[in-house]
Amino acid sequence: MQIYLPIAEVSVNAFLLLGLGGIVGILSGMFGVGGGFLMTPLLFFIGIPPAVAVATEANQIVASSFSGVLAHLKRRTVDLRMGTVLLIGGLIGAGFGVMLFNYLKSLGQVDLLVKLCYVVFLGVIGGLMFVESLNAIRRTRKNAPPAKRKNHNWIHGLPFKMRFRVSGLYISVIPPLIVGLLVGVLAAIMGVGGGFIMVPAMIYLLGMPTKVVVGTSLFQIIFVTAFTTLLHATTNYTVDMALAVLLLVGGVVGAQIGTRIGTRLKAEQLRILLAIMVLVVCGNLALDLLLMPSELYSLGPAGGH
Amino acid sequence: MLRVLFALLVLLAAPVHAQEDVVLGMSQNRVAITANFDGSEILIFGAVKRESEIQQDPPLEVLVTVSGPLQPVTVRRKEKKLGIWVNADSVEVDAAPSFYAVATSGPFGDVLTDVEDLRHRVSIPRAIRSVGAPMGVEDAQSFAKAVIRIRTDNGLYQMLENSVAVDEQTLFRTSVAMPANLTEGDYITRVLLTRGGEVVSSYETSIDVRKVGLERWLFNLSRQKPLLYGLLSLAIAIAAGWGASAAFRFVRQGG
Repeated sequence: MQIYLPIAEVSVNAFLLLGLGGIVGILSGMFGVGGGFLMTPLLFFIGIPPAVAVATEANQIVASSFSGVLAHLKRRTVDLRMGTVLLIGGLIGAGFGVMLFNYLKSLGQVDLLVKLCYVVFLGVIGGLMFVESLNAIRRTRKNAPPAKRKNHNWIHGLPFKMRFRVSGLYISVIPPLIVGLLVGVLAAIMGVGGGFIMVPAMIYLLGMPTKVVVGTSLFQIIFVTAFTTLLHATTNYTVDMALAVLLLVGGVVGAQIGTRIGTRLKAEQLRILLAIMVLVVCGNLALDLLLMPSELYSLGPAGGH
Repeated sequence: MLRVLFALLVLLAAPVHAQEDVVLGMSQNRVAITANFDGSEILIFGAVKRESEIQQDPPLEVLVTVSGPLQPVTVRRKEKKLGIWVNADSVEVDAAPSFYAVATSGPFGDVLTDVEDLRHRVSIPRAIRSVGAPMGVEDAQSFAKAVIRIRTDNGLYQMLENSVAVDEQTLFRTSVAMPANLTEGDYITRVLLTRGGEVVSSYETSIDVRKVGLERWLFNLSRQKPLLYGLLSLAIAIAAGWGASAAFRFVRQGG
């Protein structure tokens, strides 16, 4: 069944959109990532104009994250205090990010920057996670006790300490604020929730337990993407409600299923799967930049250089 | 000024042949873009009205063009720099129709001479107006060609030779398939009658392409009350998220 999208001004298959929403929703629930880094390129691929894809995706992430966070709240795996600190950083970062985005747009090359951001961040994070999880799995195979995380590093020397009971941490608020800020900037530039950066940062940098990481990142993502959606809707008029509804119907159902799958898998397995996925997307985008494109020319609306 | 001259030329040229006028009909003169819009096929038909006898030689040929609204387009070309493909040169094409179809009753070159094509802007390359390329871009032509190539691949530009059927030099009909990815606006439809490659008569009308119903409402809301539209989108998103969560809880408790 074809459906015409009023803002995107293209006609697409409704079931295709529902299916895409569902698959990305499952991943979102499993890993606590918004799924934007997968969905946004997929939407480009089926012919949605990039500006509309990015803005609408932010709206869709709100829905799937909200659905996911409710499931996590029920299991008490959301550190609300940590989430709020991350969120404050995130909102400031998103504001900066939009300004940076508009500045780069005036210079041209914004597409290139977005793609390079994807390749670099996905590559580094995916690689690190993959190696780490592989080592962790090897250790459990040998029945050796899991390596103790460095409990005392430079992070513990910073001021403004705060107790995060759910995470079992007593650390300074500065690192989570900075993590939130960076994720906010990247979220605005790359048009994603930023979970794929925040989740590893929370695990490896802040030392949070994997169980609470997913719920807490979803909590932060909801507010940052809601803010981004409003910014796009009021400045660029690129949020397509019809597209968002179709994606989110699939997405919210998928997120519920994903959350349940996530609880059945071990933390190491979960991480290695996420790492593989991140690497696949990264490789795909890198090929785009390295191989000669079949069409060298591209059309865009005038004025936006 | 040019237009006035051109109009005069047409007036002067017309009496050479016997007066022939187009009477046009269309299966629809408006296209309503609804939620399940999946492209539209428009049947364009008509007759030639004349007072005198039919001139046999050269035979009457018919061209039909349908043109979407003219818009400026930025064309960018990728180049390999430091090992990766990046957008380098860009050229702004001043006005290119969002949709353009030409249907003819014979091979294009036979139906219309090059001079007449230039004058009436009929063929696809002539329908695109590109004034000047910025300094430093050498092959500006290839940018205009890229617009045609990309839009032809998307079904937005169509050259339909031999697709106008002409009966007894009087009745003609053709159909133009408009794809689903249309932009709104007035689609100018022209019918040109030619003899020996010269235009003897022309007729112009327009097809109104508009969003209707829910599509119209959403589009207007997003432009006129963007904040409300954004908040509504968020409200739907949160409601859907909560709804799915509640539904799953219910299913789990029930089952």
